[in-house]
Amino acid sequence: MSDVKIRLRDLSKVFHTRAGAFTALEPMTLDIPTGCFFMIVGPSGCGKTTLLRILAGLEKPSSGTLEITKPAAGRPSNSMVFQGDSLFPWMSVFENAAYGLRMRHRPEGEIKDIVGHYLQRTGLSRFHNAFPHQLSGGMRQRVSIARAFANDPDILLMDEPFSALDEQNKILLQEELLRIWEETRKTVMFITHSVDEAVTLGDRIMIMTAHPGRAKQIVDVPFERPRRVLELRAKPEYGELVYSIWGHLRDEVQRARALDEGSAA
Amino acid sequence: MKKPGTFGLSQDTIERLLNVASPVILLLIWEICARFGVIDVRFFPAPSKIFTQLMVMVENGQLWKHFWASMQRLFWGFLFGGVPALILGVAMGLSRPLRMLVEPLVSATYPVPKSAILPLVLLIFGLGESSKIVMVGIGIFFPIVINAMAGVLEIQKIYFDVSQNFGASRWQVFRTVALPGAMPLILTGVKLGIGMGLVLISIAEMVGAKSGLGYMMWNAWEILSVETMYVGLIVIAVLGIVFSQIVSEIERFIVPWKQAR
Repeated sequence: MSDVKIRLRDLSKVFHTRAGAFTALEPMTLDIPTGCFFMIVGPSGCGKTTLLRILAGLEKPSSGTLEITKPAAGRPSNSMVFQGDSLFPWMSVFENAAYGLRMRHRPEGEIKDIVGHYLQRTGLSRFHNAFPHQLSGGMRQRVSIARAFANDPDILLMDEPFSALDEQNKILLQEELLRIWEETRKTVMFITHSVDEAVTLGDRIMIMTAHPGRAKQIVDVPFERPRRVLELRAKPEYGELVYSIWGHLRDEVQRARALDEGSAA
Repeated sequence: MKKPGTFGLSQDTIERLLNVASPVILLLIWEICARFGVIDVRFFPAPSKIFTQLMVMVENGQLWKHFWASMQRLFWGFLFGGVPALILGVAMGLSRPLRMLVEPLVSATYPVPKSAILPLVLLIFGLGESSKIVMVGIGIFFPIVINAMAGVLEIQKIYFDVSQNFGASRWQVFRTVALPGAMPLILTGVKLGIGMGLVLISIAEMVGAKSGLGYMMWNAWEILSVETMYVGLIVIAVLGIVFSQIVSEIERFIVPWKQAR
């Protein structure tokens, strides 16, 4: 975990709307090491999704630089697991999971093997030919994860992938995600508003301020891997870490709320 | 769900029987009225007479000749009007500049009654096959171009984000997101366009042709063969039903994901 995979220097984002300029992200400087499971926690509207979208190439930064170490030839730099429903309703589970590989014109035999592997890892083999509307929310999000992993990117970007799920499903999917991640140990950038999720999954947690978004604190998570979600949560150190992160976050959440109420008034 | 109903028939069967019953009863009343002189048979010949005429025309090959002439024009018209409309409509949905450029032209020409431009089309393309094909093409062009554009604009932005993030090229975005996402509305456009095509082929053939179902009906008026006129009407109506059934079947096949909604 020594070499740097993602390097941000004074990266900022300002949106220009009719109501005027709106700073989503204040200049941010950050290094993310290769193989790090990097978590971003913050109140809603803190610009964390904007940051991820910039990394994904879906948004351009207003100033500053973004350097991402180039992947080996032929491999994609990043793949994103989007928040909410992002599966193409007109494609089967298999076609959805194969999307990245198809776009890169990989041979059909290879696609079959790789996609088959990840559908099996996510427990979706039986639903190969099903369409997204025939699946539950949790299953859809699993397809979305399989789609990102099957594309074999250098970096995985995950934007609150489990936020719409119920608690039981969430824990199962977190376990699954950790298991699949252990196979490859890719660099991950994972956004969440759940402190529990951040401590459960991450190597390092960045807490962001409410609007405009800024890095408030970066915390290392000392727990060894591989982790088992429920066992981890039973440890006293786990509770202490969650508690201390909450301490940092509480002010921000309250500030965000005050801002919301201010703008609503 | 089958519920027992009247006469021990299931609700389903009764509904289907009622569906068939209404036209059958209407035909029966028509037949009786015609035979007993209640209605003027110069305008409303008995269904049995129409059917006899239909059989005669099938046997002497007249019907087939006209039917085939119309079908060929419809086919080429659908092809030459529909395919460019599909591509242009989807492209307009994808590209804002193109939309800004072309949309005013479409909205300005769309309200012009298509039948009103027949003289102009005849002038430009002459009395041959091309003027008929052009009329059908114009008829199907507008519903498809408008629906394809609207269909693409209705696709949620997240799907375009996904395709961009997974490195899709422009052509791949067109093929994997825009086209399938807009397909339900495009097919609605195809149905509307086929209806418009049938209207226009009839009119175009009445004025500027020596074959086709439209010509057949116009000629029947000139020689006062009312039964033939009705044969033409029936064939065109059946064509409309068959075409729309075919599109529905295609729909079930290529947009299975829309069924359960």
